[in-house]
Amino acid sequence: MNMTLLAVTFLPLVGALVLLLMDNQPSRRNPAVLRWTALGFSVFTFLLSLPLLLTFQTGAGFGSGDMSFVTDVLWIIPWGIHFHIGVDGISLPLILLTTFLTPLALLSGWTSIEKRQKEFLILMLLLETGMLGVFVALDLFLFYLFWEFTLIPMILLIGIWGSDRRVYAAIKFFLYTAVGSLLMLIAILALVVIHANQTGQYTFDLLALKAGLKLDPAAQIWLFLAFFLAFAIKVPLWPLHTWLPDAHTEAPTPGSVILAGVLLKLGGYGMLRYNLGLFPDAARTLAPAIAILAIIGIIYGALVSFAQKDLKRLVAYSSVSHMGFVVLGIFSLNPLGISGAVLQMVNHGLSTGALFMLVGVIYERRHTRLLSEFGGLGISMPIYAALMLIITLSSLAVPGLNGFIGEFAILQGAFATNWIYAAFATVGMILAAVYLLWMYQQIFTGEIKNPANAAVRDLNRREIWSLVPIVIMVFVLGLYPALFLNIIVPAAQSLASQVIQHAALTLQFPFLP
Amino acid sequence: MDIAILLLPEIILTIFALIVLGYDLIWPGRKAVLVTLTLVAVGLAAIGAIYTWGTNKTIMADTISIDDYGVLFKLAGLAATAMVVLLGMSYIPEGRRTQDAKRRLLAISRQGEFYAIMLFAAVSIMFLVSANSLVLIYLSIEFLSIASYILVGYLRDDSLSTEAAIKYFLYGSVTAAAMVYGMSFLYGVSGSVDLPTIAKVIAGTLPSPESLRGIVMPAVVLILAGFGFKVAMAPFHQWSPDAYEGAPTPVTAFISVAPKVGGFAVLYRTLIVALPYFHSDWGGTIAILAVLSMSLGNLVALTERNIKRMLAYSSIAQAGYILIGIAAYSQMGISSTLFYVMVYTLTNIGAFAVAIVISNALGSDSIADFAGLSQRNPSLALLMLFFLLSLAGIPPLAGFFGKFFLFTAALEQNLTWLVFVAVINSVLSLYYYLMIVKVMYVDPPESTVPLETPRPLAVAMGISAIAILVLGIFPTPLINLITTAAAALMQVSS
Repeated sequence: MNMTLLAVTFLPLVGALVLLLMDNQPSRRNPAVLRWTALGFSVFTFLLSLPLLLTFQTGAGFGSGDMSFVTDVLWIIPWGIHFHIGVDGISLPLILLTTFLTPLALLSGWTSIEKRQKEFLILMLLLETGMLGVFVALDLFLFYLFWEFTLIPMILLIGIWGSDRRVYAAIKFFLYTAVGSLLMLIAILALVVIHANQTGQYTFDLLALKAGLKLDPAAQIWLFLAFFLAFAIKVPLWPLHTWLPDAHTEAPTPGSVILAGVLLKLGGYGMLRYNLGLFPDAARTLAPAIAILAIIGIIYGALVSFAQKDLKRLVAYSSVSHMGFVVLGIFSLNPLGISGAVLQMVNHGLSTGALFMLVGVIYERRHTRLLSEFGGLGISMPIYAALMLIITLSSLAVPGLNGFIGEFAILQGAFATNWIYAAFATVGMILAAVYLLWMYQQIFTGEIKNPANAAVRDLNRREIWSLVPIVIMVFVLGLYPALFLNIIVPAAQSLASQVIQHAALTLQFPFLP
Repeated sequence: MDIAILLLPEIILTIFALIVLGYDLIWPGRKAVLVTLTLVAVGLAAIGAIYTWGTNKTIMADTISIDDYGVLFKLAGLAATAMVVLLGMSYIPEGRRTQDAKRRLLAISRQGEFYAIMLFAAVSIMFLVSANSLVLIYLSIEFLSIASYILVGYLRDDSLSTEAAIKYFLYGSVTAAAMVYGMSFLYGVSGSVDLPTIAKVIAGTLPSPESLRGIVMPAVVLILAGFGFKVAMAPFHQWSPDAYEGAPTPVTAFISVAPKVGGFAVLYRTLIVALPYFHSDWGGTIAILAVLSMSLGNLVALTERNIKRMLAYSSIAQAGYILIGIAAYSQMGISSTLFYVMVYTLTNIGAFAVAIVISNALGSDSIADFAGLSQRNPSLALLMLFFLLSLAGIPPLAGFFGKFFLFTAALEQNLTWLVFVAVINSVLSLYYYLMIVKVMYVDPPESTVPLETPRPLAVAMGISAIAILVLGIFPTPLINLITTAAAALMQVSS
């Protein structure tokens, strides 16, 4: 029984219940009481999650069944369903990402979410518990429960507070993810039934299944694909990405931040934990095909970003490209690629989360996101321009900032598997520089031609404070990636050694002292 | 144990039904007393049913089997009755609150009959779920049907209600006739109406029971027509949308759950006790009917704009899901069917309770009237969200666990294709359930006047919401009870 992890996972849920009981109408004396309560709970969750990082004993992690901060209680006894949670070096960075981004996302919606604030805050906190639950669950039933739990709040966030085509976007998002997750449900049940037929015992415990299950190759492939489809939709992997531009564009700013920052990572995490962890043989067979899809996604996402007129859509398509790197790293099937993928997930969460916050700032002021409407904002909004520059550079992976480390490790890992992968993926990196710098140039440089841009206020204190933590982390992870790599690499190594045994394991790992 | 004690639920309900009828005759119009009497009767019957837990024996010349399987279904039927009585209390509003003739009529006349018939319907369910002989099965089904016809046509001067009752009646008579015809086949084969004896005779047929397939399978199909009508599964469902729409809403809630409780109990018992030898044959038939029922219900529900009709098609689809548990002939199949029927009962009544609040206040059953409910009455919208998500099978609500249970049972019997169809159907159903969520949470309300929830409805909704949450998160105790019951029945079968 580890209280810290339990508390981190369920504190946001407690916050949501507290908010539910609070008065609908904010009191006159303190109109922001609801917002402050929600922010308080999410900040406190973040503070509680810090000890996880500080006291984490670096270990082999899931690959050898070695989890930390474990709580394991038999829950639904006749079925062998456990309430089993724990973390390893792969999930811990993502948990910290979640607890870190949620308060910032709340801040980004501080004034832009005007109607039905209470419901909004409750849904955000519920979503946080759902996401954390996915990362900590070590029981397939529990995992599926949390996985589905993230779905409804997100649909409502898009559907209620989104922009004009919000209902369309919410339904599209929902249909895609529902199809994926229900197929995954069949695979989960099939796994359990197969295990029960082999051992005579029902269990949903992930570690027990991993240790005790013997699957023939054909079954592995099918089950792998059923899990993979759900995760590939979430990531999203080309060609399953088409829900993403709509969902991102229509979602309110905090929704976009969470969607891009954390929800996409559920897919990447799922591939690592379930596809690689449970079906290593199928992963080996299918890795080349998946890597090719990932590379297509990297290049396709970059090219389409370049063609966008809407700022938010541009950032959305850049996610398709960046998450393609994550999938490529995972299916390089070596410790370098896998560590790079985990780090890239954190980095993408930080930089794209920040980009959506920045887009939200300008949208609040100008009520447009068309690139052609802007120009010369560097003069009227110097602070904004400076922050945007840092985040843009982080997103296009300039050395010294966080984005570089992850993408470099992924490319190195991909190179070790097949140099052609790396060659094509590098094209994606170059294209990222093209579309991001082009975007920056259109918005900030040159003279102010549109008079509306002259009178725009620069960032206020709240907006600066919601962005500064991310900027700090961009530099911290860029200059001292060992902070996370130290915990990621051993877990990645043990996971990779389960899937494949070859020379790539002995590659020297960069960036580590 | 004494027979009278084993039959306590039936006896109590019958006596109280007569008391309610008599009381209303002598002192008309005292609704509070009638409701109290009805609820007391249901409560006592439930205690009586629980008292017989663990008995597992047949009585009355083997026509009635008192077993745990029956007890659990009895409790589900009683819970449904009690909650519908609560619903009925508020659906019959004070005459002054509304000018709508349909409701004023219910408010002023014949209240005693309503509650008495509810109790009689409950009696018929008690017999139906423990019936062990074809004759008693037929009698109980007819008893339940007649009570249901009267309830559906209760608004005598309302043309929709009358039309619904006529349709229900015509359809019911034809399927009942088909069922009796099918039963006569089984009697002809075995020379007995007793379910276990039928199984024994079939198993002992020389040279091999195979030679009976040509007559047993037509009999199964004909009997399924009768049961299928009761549980409103495709293709015997055509009566249900019109009956649901025309009946007073509390009655709709009742006929959407109570006949399903009784129908599924007797359907599974008949197949499993009398015809275990042919289980792969009827298993295939049931699987096809499950696909038909799920797909048809869900596809048509997508287009419905009236909440009662939509829930009608949704419950046709739900019947399809339950059939999966029957197609998976196994102990887990029985358990999952029992669990799902119980959860479905609680959830569907909750959803109808919300519909009653809306129609009481706005006088219509259109889904569009749910617009902005989240602002007019946030807790009502939240409850409806719970019920819809549970029907759709979203965790951590009980409906999810029910589906999960059914799917596992099917996978255990290698019915993977059936689970695939069910999953695709779940996605379809999510769409229309979520469209109501969308209307409640996204669409702007027509007026901002808050909606009031009558106390009895709030109680009913609260009970079902708490139950689906608790059963979703801590299903272990109920599963243990169900497993015991299923194991006992499975033993009879093999």
